[in-house]
Amino acid sequence: MRISLDEVDHIATLARLGLTAAERERLRDQLGAILGYVSKLNELDTSHVPPSAQVIPIENVTRPDLVRPGLSVDEVLANAYATEDDYIRVPPVFEEE
Amino acid sequence: MNLAELTVHEAGDLLRRREISAVELTEAVLARIHEREPTIRAYITVTAEEARQQAAAIDARLSAGEDLPPLAGIPIALKDNLCTRGIRTTCASRILADFRPPYDATVVERLRAAGAVILGKTNMDEFAMGSSTEFSAFHPTANPWDPTRVPGGSSGGSAAAVAAGEALAALGSDTGGSIRLPASFCGVVGLKPTYGRVSRYGLVAFGSSLDQIGPLTRDVTDAALVLSVIAGHDPNDSTSLPWPVPDYRQALTGEIADLRVGVPIEYFGEGIDPLVAEAVRRAIRRIGDLGAAVDEVSLPNTPYALPAYYVVAPAEASANLARYDGVKYGLRVEGADIWETFDRTREVGFGPEVKRRIMIGTYTLSAGYYEAYYLKAQKVRTLIKQDFDRAFERFDVLAVPTAPTVAFPIGARVEDPVAMYLTDVFTVTVNVAGLPGLVVPCALVHGLPVGLQLLGPPGSEETLLRVGYAFEQSGDWKAVRLP
Repeated sequence: MRISLDEVDHIATLARLGLTAAERERLRDQLGAILGYVSKLNELDTSHVPPSAQVIPIENVTRPDLVRPGLSVDEVLANAYATEDDYIRVPPVFEEE
Repeated sequence: MNLAELTVHEAGDLLRRREISAVELTEAVLARIHEREPTIRAYITVTAEEARQQAAAIDARLSAGEDLPPLAGIPIALKDNLCTRGIRTTCASRILADFRPPYDATVVERLRAAGAVILGKTNMDEFAMGSSTEFSAFHPTANPWDPTRVPGGSSGGSAAAVAAGEALAALGSDTGGSIRLPASFCGVVGLKPTYGRVSRYGLVAFGSSLDQIGPLTRDVTDAALVLSVIAGHDPNDSTSLPWPVPDYRQALTGEIADLRVGVPIEYFGEGIDPLVAEAVRRAIRRIGDLGAAVDEVSLPNTPYALPAYYVVAPAEASANLARYDGVKYGLRVEGADIWETFDRTREVGFGPEVKRRIMIGTYTLSAGYYEAYYLKAQKVRTLIKQDFDRAFERFDVLAVPTAPTVAFPIGARVEDPVAMYLTDVFTVTVNVAGLPGLVVPCALVHGLPVGLQLLGPPGSEETLLRVGYAFEQSGDWKAVRLP
């Protein structure tokens, strides 16, 4: 299966994944090979087969809505790149007009 | 007697009889780590001082005459995707190189409560994606049997540590074979429990419908001991099964004459090293000699398990790894705006295999392709499961090889992703179906270990351990010295 560099760039944008020029070329070839391999699935007729999203007989697990002790604010923020007061500081998302 | 070469149950007996101290045991293992690490490189982080303190605390409790929990004083290693409070948990990735979790994974809490001494965090393929531990962002790990070869992956550090005497036991995780493959390559016992048997709270997520935590040990008794400690329901993991936890050691009776063992013909076909196939067939004949009824069976959809897995796992991975964006924790590489910051952080933070999986997963989940790939794979998953359901109407256990070959040379498959993926062809099947799988060393081929793999229906860990134990006790593997 062939994948174009445009497709590689489109997927990388969807994944928010920067790629070097060498990685783009390599991924074009490798994605083609991997997708070619998994297309073996098309040998099977699955028109009447239901999908399995999960494999255990457990559904809709709930717990009582009780207040429980959790992590302190300091512990939660300890790994953040930037903080301000009790918040994680993030880069601006909306550009100024 | 080198204390570092004891099994968990042997060391536990000596500790309880006060013939050795926990500090002596931990020091022996730390000395072995010091001696072997320059070659093996099984660890990313060794927590020697904490380990010494934990061992001393156990000795104090022993001296006070306390009745000690099951793993008291036993030095155990943890794969570096299991969260450890205050101890670096990197997933062998640059993006988490300095991440110190604020809490312990449930399995870590349970090991600590059982008295285990935590030695440190073991090497792995980045985010558990790989079959050789070569995709660690830090360094590869060498196979203790032949340092020019891989230990298997992704829990290669855990398997190598146990084989080299650098830990008495270790925990790994298994999404497509990541406990069982390195167990086979390193000549140790590896158990992937039923999906949901062990809580995954605090396991860094890879393929959430497939991931499971399990033990790597030197014998089957130890696997039973460790599983008894880590298994069980956890309110913090909504996929954990509310089934009671037996004392798995009670299952090790040595008797298997009441069992029916199936041999799926699809696991012995094209692509397997004939000497590996013959070694596994010899092991299965011995299971027959022990009284089990052995017969062939066909699981016709087996060849489709690997392509289904390599759609489902990357799709789930691409969603799970979206959280690594340089904002809440982990590496950040600043760009001109937030979008460039995301792109650059992930470009620098992730290695080649993780990028491949994110790209494959994003592609198969993207508009227009979802039905052709992801939904198709989920349907094939149903067919794989139905194959197993039918087989388990006739058989209690299936016996198969773990991998088509013995451990391969470092570098042999790094540049060819499909060849690397084919390493997992015999292990992904049970992840796809949520079943348990146990690997027990059965032979040396080309001077390297081969593991017999036993598969069973959901919740059949006791049966698998019973067969594994009977097989182990009947053979001569015990006489094979640690490498």
